[in-house]
Amino acid sequence: MTQVAPEPGATAAPFAVEALGLGKVFNPGSPNQVDALVDIDLVVKPGEFVSLIGPSGCGKSTLLRLFADLIEPTGGSLTVNGKSAHQARLDQDYGMAFQQSGLFEWRSVERNIELPLELKGWDKAKRKARSTEMLELVQLTDFATHMPWQLSGGMQQRVAIARALAAHPQLLLMDEPFGALDEMTREHMQAELLRICARTGTTVVFVTHSIPEAVYLADRVVIMSPRPGRITEIVDVTLGRDRDELTREASEFFERVTQVREALRGIELAAGARGIEDR
Amino acid sequence: MTQGRRARRVVMFVLAFALVALVWEGYKAIGPEEGGTLFGVRLLPRTGDRAMPHVWSMWNRLWDPEIRGGTESIFVVVMRATWYSLRVAIVAFVLGSSLGIGLAVVMARFRWAERAIMPYLVVSQTVPIIVLGPLILSLMAFASRDLAAETWLAAVFLGVFLAFFPVAVGTLRGLQATPPAALELMDSLASPWWKTLVKLRFPAAVSYIAPALRLAGAASVVGVVVAEISLGIRFGVGRLILSYGQEATSDPPKLYTAVFGAAVLGLLMAALVVAIDRVLMRHRPREAS
Repeated sequence: MTQVAPEPGATAAPFAVEALGLGKVFNPGSPNQVDALVDIDLVVKPGEFVSLIGPSGCGKSTLLRLFADLIEPTGGSLTVNGKSAHQARLDQDYGMAFQQSGLFEWRSVERNIELPLELKGWDKAKRKARSTEMLELVQLTDFATHMPWQLSGGMQQRVAIARALAAHPQLLLMDEPFGALDEMTREHMQAELLRICARTGTTVVFVTHSIPEAVYLADRVVIMSPRPGRITEIVDVTLGRDRDELTREASEFFERVTQVREALRGIELAAGARGIEDR
Repeated sequence: MTQGRRARRVVMFVLAFALVALVWEGYKAIGPEEGGTLFGVRLLPRTGDRAMPHVWSMWNRLWDPEIRGGTESIFVVVMRATWYSLRVAIVAFVLGSSLGIGLAVVMARFRWAERAIMPYLVVSQTVPIIVLGPLILSLMAFASRDLAAETWLAAVFLGVFLAFFPVAVGTLRGLQATPPAALELMDSLASPWWKTLVKLRFPAAVSYIAPALRLAGAASVVGVVVAEISLGIRFGVGRLILSYGQEATSDPPKLYTAVFGAAVLGLLMAALVVAIDRVLMRHRPREAS
């Protein structure tokens, strides 16, 4: 079909993700009940890049899994691409990438990328054309027939991104995809991801532990606090869309990093004084 | 490099064989003629030519006619019987493995099926198969033991009975060991259960299934040979062991030609299973072995 990035019928929905009063309770009613997420309001616009950051246990991965319909919310409302998260999953409206690349070691690089297309029932020629296109996008054209174990960690993660984008989804959900990479590779991958998003216009929700990573990538950084998980602050990153290696040294960048860091520190202090400030 | 390794393997195989022959002849040379006691128990085998024929007399016996005045060498007879048993064992192996994989899939799909089926599978393996042979024959109401076409089915049945178990257990473990992250990925792609089974669970379970198939290969051979012996099925190598054993006093090396056939049977089955293993494990990173 089309060689251009998004599938037709793309920007119909006004919001890529719309969560209102979203909540998740694990083991409700039992002694080990956990209020993982409480009262989450978050709207992600099409084409936007949103980072989720917060201390471990703040529910940022849980939130991502709610968006992906891998778990079900226990309260509130949620739409993805203007439909229920469940329908969005069935329609493969989003692609997902995890901390571990999760490539199937028995499949070549191109056949890994074609996995989502196989599940969509595409024929072989069409799959091949698309995987070639995706390999070009992530600049791994020469590695189509390599096996995953022959690739470096960064390259594997690029294949995973190519797989997540293979069906040209509107939305990319990423759970610490660069968390296992060394710092140099990581910065390189961040630049790659921005380049890919600029080309495809994909919306991204990106979970990370790293403050500079969150700021460098995102239009908005969503800061979350644990026990119960909720959004405490949203920082607008006004760095514009053209970001390069110089961006990492710009004073504006450092200001945003500091802003996010202080917001996170505030959470820690509040957690320390929780006995008093319990609301 | 691989060629050198292969050559070394062949050399080791021949060496091991020579070593067994050497130990045999060595013990025969120094061991007590009429056997002996060790720690007050009769442990040491007799070393006379009747009990332990020379390796070379077994070898020579292979090329003599089966019965006096016959035209075919016993080698041809033993190999024909081995080929017969091998085919029966392969049928048992294929059916047993399929049954094992099928059971594993059902048990992996439904937790209740695992709880319901697994205890019976375990119990089934405690039944002595010698008992099973005649039981199967009478259950299936086979008319006569001499009808080879029917009795070989009983041998298949015994082979299947032994072969399915390791495959069922190994495959189930493999299917349940799928990395959760990979399952999550398939979920995110809205993959239906059976597609996840085919595209993820099975390929991911190969390192569990391959060794289970090795066990099944050996078990199917044992089942078939035991069935041939206990049911007296014609044509098979088990039958040769039985009838040659009865001639052991007059023609001791003859029994060992049948044992040789059984060993070849085991080796051929092992080779087949290794070939399957190779096919299953292609594309995988090979650890240095």
